[in-house]
Amino acid sequence: MKLTLSSSPHQRVKRDTGQVMRLVIYAMLPGIIAQSVFFGWGTLIQAFLAVASALVFEGIILWLRKRPIERTLTDYSAILTGLLIAISIPPTLPWWMTITGVFFAIAVAKQVYGGLGFNIFNPAMIGYVVLLISFPAAMSLWLPPQHLASLTPSFLDSAALIFTDFSTTGYDVTQLRTVADGVADGVTMATPLDTLKTDLTLGITYSESLLRPIFSTGLFQSAGAGWGWVSLSYLLGGLWLVRLKVISWHIPGSMLASVAVFSLLLYMIDADHYASPLFHLINGAVMVGAFFIATDPVSASTTQKGRIIYGAAIGFWVVIIRVFGGYPDAIAFAVIIMNMVVPLIDYYTRPRTYGHQVTKKARRSE
Amino acid sequence: MTDYRDLTLQGIWKNNPALVQLLGLCPLLAVTATFINGLGLGIATTMVLIGSNVTVSLVRNIVRNEIRIPVFVMIIAAFVTIVQLLMNAFTYELYLALGIFIPLIVTNCAIIGRAEAFASKNSPAASAYDGLVMGLGFTFVLVVLGGMREILGAGTLFAGADRLFGNIASNWTLTLFETDSPFLLAILPPGAFLGMGLLIAFKNMIDARIAARETTVKEKATRVRVTADA
Repeated sequence: MKLTLSSSPHQRVKRDTGQVMRLVIYAMLPGIIAQSVFFGWGTLIQAFLAVASALVFEGIILWLRKRPIERTLTDYSAILTGLLIAISIPPTLPWWMTITGVFFAIAVAKQVYGGLGFNIFNPAMIGYVVLLISFPAAMSLWLPPQHLASLTPSFLDSAALIFTDFSTTGYDVTQLRTVADGVADGVTMATPLDTLKTDLTLGITYSESLLRPIFSTGLFQSAGAGWGWVSLSYLLGGLWLVRLKVISWHIPGSMLASVAVFSLLLYMIDADHYASPLFHLINGAVMVGAFFIATDPVSASTTQKGRIIYGAAIGFWVVIIRVFGGYPDAIAFAVIIMNMVVPLIDYYTRPRTYGHQVTKKARRSE
Repeated sequence: MTDYRDLTLQGIWKNNPALVQLLGLCPLLAVTATFINGLGLGIATTMVLIGSNVTVSLVRNIVRNEIRIPVFVMIIAAFVTIVQLLMNAFTYELYLALGIFIPLIVTNCAIIGRAEAFASKNSPAASAYDGLVMGLGFTFVLVVLGGMREILGAGTLFAGADRLFGNIASNWTLTLFETDSPFLLAILPPGAFLGMGLLIAFKNMIDARIAARETTVKEKATRVRVTADA
């Protein structure tokens, strides 16, 4: 029998940053494909635009900071940030808005704080929030899922919408949002979360709102048309990441559970005015948020217990802001709020060093 | 003898109330959505600073140490009231635009800071000059920040100049670009914080450049002397 001898280190890092980021990008592919199927070419064009500008901004700032450019660009973190922004924004957002968001994500939220590993806030979410606050009208203009739209933009139309504000046939985004409703000749269609929010303020109950075409043609009753499939695709990609141990189950698990618990509480109080837990989980960005955004290794909590607290608190804020806040969705705000609290969470959940700090229970049994 | 050159440098740059002391941030961040609003509040603050500095300096030997702060605050409040009434009379629209932030000049720490740190220890003439340069330093930051936010947020510069300068200024507004979707972030409070942070960073960068240049000059000088000694 031959014993192989090798010098230390015996335990090597399994994956470097670039590999982890690449795996996350692969896991996003099903969701991105689903989004393109239901919402058109815009998402892919935005992804290309956002990734390209993310790399350019990262390169320029690294050059200004006299840091190694090639090594940092190949860690794929800027590409991932760009992709996350691209999937969060409406597919027909004007190109300069996308680039503005990416600039804030890369230059302000990431590099001003010192680059990857030093950013306290999730760069992609900062970019998204900057856009949402600056251009609230444009940021809520989602086209209806393609099978409901009376006009479906082709690839050229999508590109023309993004770069010139008008499709090749001369329609703007507001006109393309109009769909045949049956009631009126044509109504503009909002996202599922927007639809419910507007209906509730009009005095329409939750169950009546679910009869609208955006819900009635969905995957199941409370899932918005198209949105249900997109969420499930991200869930699939996310579960694959958990299986590969790229991310731990703590953050997504506790976040989804907490969204379900808090929305169930409200739903049990008044089922007419508060949406069901399933509605909250399947609509909007909860799935992307739980698996791809809240799990950002830099800005999330780093201890096991801390991650559970962090995820649960994000879920709590998501429900609170969605139900009582002014904006329809809340992943970005919830994640940013909790990013601020991460140092505190980490401080109070430091794991016990082996052999130190005998617990009260152990002392009592002595 | 007071060194007026040093006072000027301190007020405008080295000890700028906004960029270095970070005082009076509340009005600074709240009203600088446009160039003219910034300029209006800057002028108002400068007037109050000069008036309060001179008065505090005049009474500095009469007021007992234990009650100096309430006395200073009352002096400042008196001048703020004067400025508020003046603005109400002559620049009514600007008075409306600045709103609560004119009476709030009373609580601007830059003013009581100068009363306590400078005017209560120096002659009226020096205090008046200190108030002027500190006010100018503050106004300078207000105007730059206001201009930055106005250009980014609305695409214009000097909008509403007639509020401050009367009818002659009614066509002073420069439109740099027209947009249907203005960059709201620049006009909202977060834009003020970001802009302020960038201005401070820019000032520190200039200071670091100057310091770096000075040290290289000094190093060369010492080397020359060493060679000479040898």
